[in-house]
Amino acid sequence: MAVKSLADLKKMSSEFKNTVSLRENGDNVDSLIQIKVAMATCGIASGAKEVMDFYLEELDKQGIKAVVTQTGCMGYCYAEPTIEVKLPGKDPIVFGHVNVEKASEILEKYIKNGELVEGIIPVNYETVK
Amino acid sequence: MTHYRFHILCCGGTGCKASNSAGIVRKFEAVLKEKNINDVQVITTGCFGFCEKGPIVKILPDNTFYVQVKEEDVENIVNEHIIKGRKVERLLYTDPKANAHIADSKHMGFYKKQMRVALRNCGFINPEDIREYIARDGYAALGKVLTEMTPEAAIEEMKKSGLRGRGGAGFPTGKKWELARTLVPNAEQKYVICNADEGDPGAFMDRSILEGDPHSIIEAMAICGYCIGATKGLVYIRAEYPLAIRRLQIAIDQAREYGLLGKDIMGTGFEFDIELRYGAGAFVCGEETALIHSMEGQRGEPTIKPPFPAVKGYNGMPSNVNNVETFANVPVIYLKGADWFSKIGTEKSKGTKVFALAGKINNVGLIEVPMGTTLREIIYEIGGGIKGGKKFKAVQTGGPSGGCLTEKHLDTPVDYESLAAAKSIMGSGGMIVMDEDNCMVSIAKFYLDFTVDESCGKCTPCRVGNKRMNEILDKIIKGNGTMEDLDTLKNLANVIKDTALCGLGQTAPNPVISTLDNFYDEYLAHVKDKKCPAGQCKDLLSYVINPEKCIGCTACARKCPVNAITGVVKQPQTIDQEKCIKCGTCIDTCKFGAISKQ
Repeated sequence: MAVKSLADLKKMSSEFKNTVSLRENGDNVDSLIQIKVAMATCGIASGAKEVMDFYLEELDKQGIKAVVTQTGCMGYCYAEPTIEVKLPGKDPIVFGHVNVEKASEILEKYIKNGELVEGIIPVNYETVK
Repeated sequence: MTHYRFHILCCGGTGCKASNSAGIVRKFEAVLKEKNINDVQVITTGCFGFCEKGPIVKILPDNTFYVQVKEEDVENIVNEHIIKGRKVERLLYTDPKANAHIADSKHMGFYKKQMRVALRNCGFINPEDIREYIARDGYAALGKVLTEMTPEAAIEEMKKSGLRGRGGAGFPTGKKWELARTLVPNAEQKYVICNADEGDPGAFMDRSILEGDPHSIIEAMAICGYCIGATKGLVYIRAEYPLAIRRLQIAIDQAREYGLLGKDIMGTGFEFDIELRYGAGAFVCGEETALIHSMEGQRGEPTIKPPFPAVKGYNGMPSNVNNVETFANVPVIYLKGADWFSKIGTEKSKGTKVFALAGKINNVGLIEVPMGTTLREIIYEIGGGIKGGKKFKAVQTGGPSGGCLTEKHLDTPVDYESLAAAKSIMGSGGMIVMDEDNCMVSIAKFYLDFTVDESCGKCTPCRVGNKRMNEILDKIIKGNGTMEDLDTLKNLANVIKDTALCGLGQTAPNPVISTLDNFYDEYLAHVKDKKCPAGQCKDLLSYVINPEKCIGCTACARKCPVNAITGVVKQPQTIDQEKCIKCGTCIDTCKFGAISKQ
């Protein structure tokens, strides 16, 4: 594994990038797309794990810088799996009944182009910071 | 490849290791395996700096900062945080002012005012894995310098950045490199030496950098080698730093394996390699000439400069000696540019400085702030103020070579010139905070004890002079000091300062001079009134029982180790001052607050 030139080093650096990118993204979370997947018992039971895996893989594949985290139950158990998407500088939006297909639609339309899609759950409470 | 959902970063600095962080890592790995969770990565990192509340566990990407984690807590963290996404409240850091849990390290007062340049990778990457360093643009600065810059241009860039020696003296690094390059143009061999002989009491900046980010030092030394025309690097490190030595050796081996040390680095023809040299932990060996002699196998004693190491250093060859923290800044300067670096800090002191905060302060730990940050910001905002709500008395910077600064200096910006103007020094970065219970005469004696112990004995002012000063301080502390002693102390201090051979001797009187300047009242109280205002000097104290408060329970009399307390049961007791050894046990025993120190 010898570095024979600067080009080698650069190539290696980008190969290894994903080992630390999760940490780097965590460091400047506010300027990135944040996706929170509700992963309480109800969420997991209705397939939140597949949705989370989908985002982890797809965002990486498409080279979109985003932070995917899991959170606890958001309270919309009737609409699980639910995800919250926060684009930089915008208010967070919660989507319900998100299966992998829906997740893909949200990614293509909302995350990439800012177009709203069906299935938004109006936020009915405020979070204490 | 696996997509990790979480990274669990566990501090593997010496402080956290001592409180079982290695056990926590093993437990995390075991619990995750048992629960069949394979998309979570556990990483051992260098020091996070928040040593007060170690062991630290940080979970990313959500930046959750858990403090004082025990092995028993691991299962709970995995069950709650990793599986259910709920933070474990009881392990979060509690903000002492707001008395509320803070989940995100970004909102902790301790980190808010900090700016991490030299510590950029500490507590972030696994120091034992070169791939993580490379992923963080490691060795890219070396690549850039080797392929795009001439040595002269690289030195020019370093000069432009304004980086100054972080070992304490603040000599401009670019200038030093230029001298090492140009003074002896046709030397047969030149050496790059890294001074990792960190010796100030309570200071651990360099150790943490070596433990947390060893590759940055290797990269910087190679850059320096290219600039001055050296192919060999030596790290002088004290044997008391076993973890730093181990991680540095691992890093050197990995760098060799990747061809980043050795012959023909990155195909440019440049050759450089590094070896370690161990020191036995003598303070004077931090002085560069003594350090070089020690590396050569000679006695660790300083010699008169000139000749400077840039002319005649290791094995008589031109050598360039820089401190660990200085080197840690080098790669960033080439990556981000001298202009970026010189925007940080003050007019004459550029960049940041790492400090080891210690003493009577709430957040003991390792911090890095831009030059020009005030002492008040460091002590109250980052350090969280004085322990136990006591009153601030002084802060000591620069270790045994530095001075004590008082309340009136709190708004002094931390930079080389301002600290010197306040009669202290920047030093290598030890910062010890004292409260109203610290006796300043005793503090001066503490530092002088250290320098007397550490003096190599070569020159008379240091060997004899400091010993005499130490004896006078001892006399004052015991209540036998005279006004004449104070004058002698002052004279001696100035003579030693002017005549000692090396930096150790010349600066040894500083703690005495600065306490005499700032706390003359306290000296007077010891000498004239035979009283120690802080109540610390045992010989000037007496323990007395207040007959109005004493109910004669005799609890104190039974605890007194020398049977100095006598009296009739249910009658006020008395302490025999001849017998009393002033251990303080009686005060701790009395439930009625009847005993006091006077």
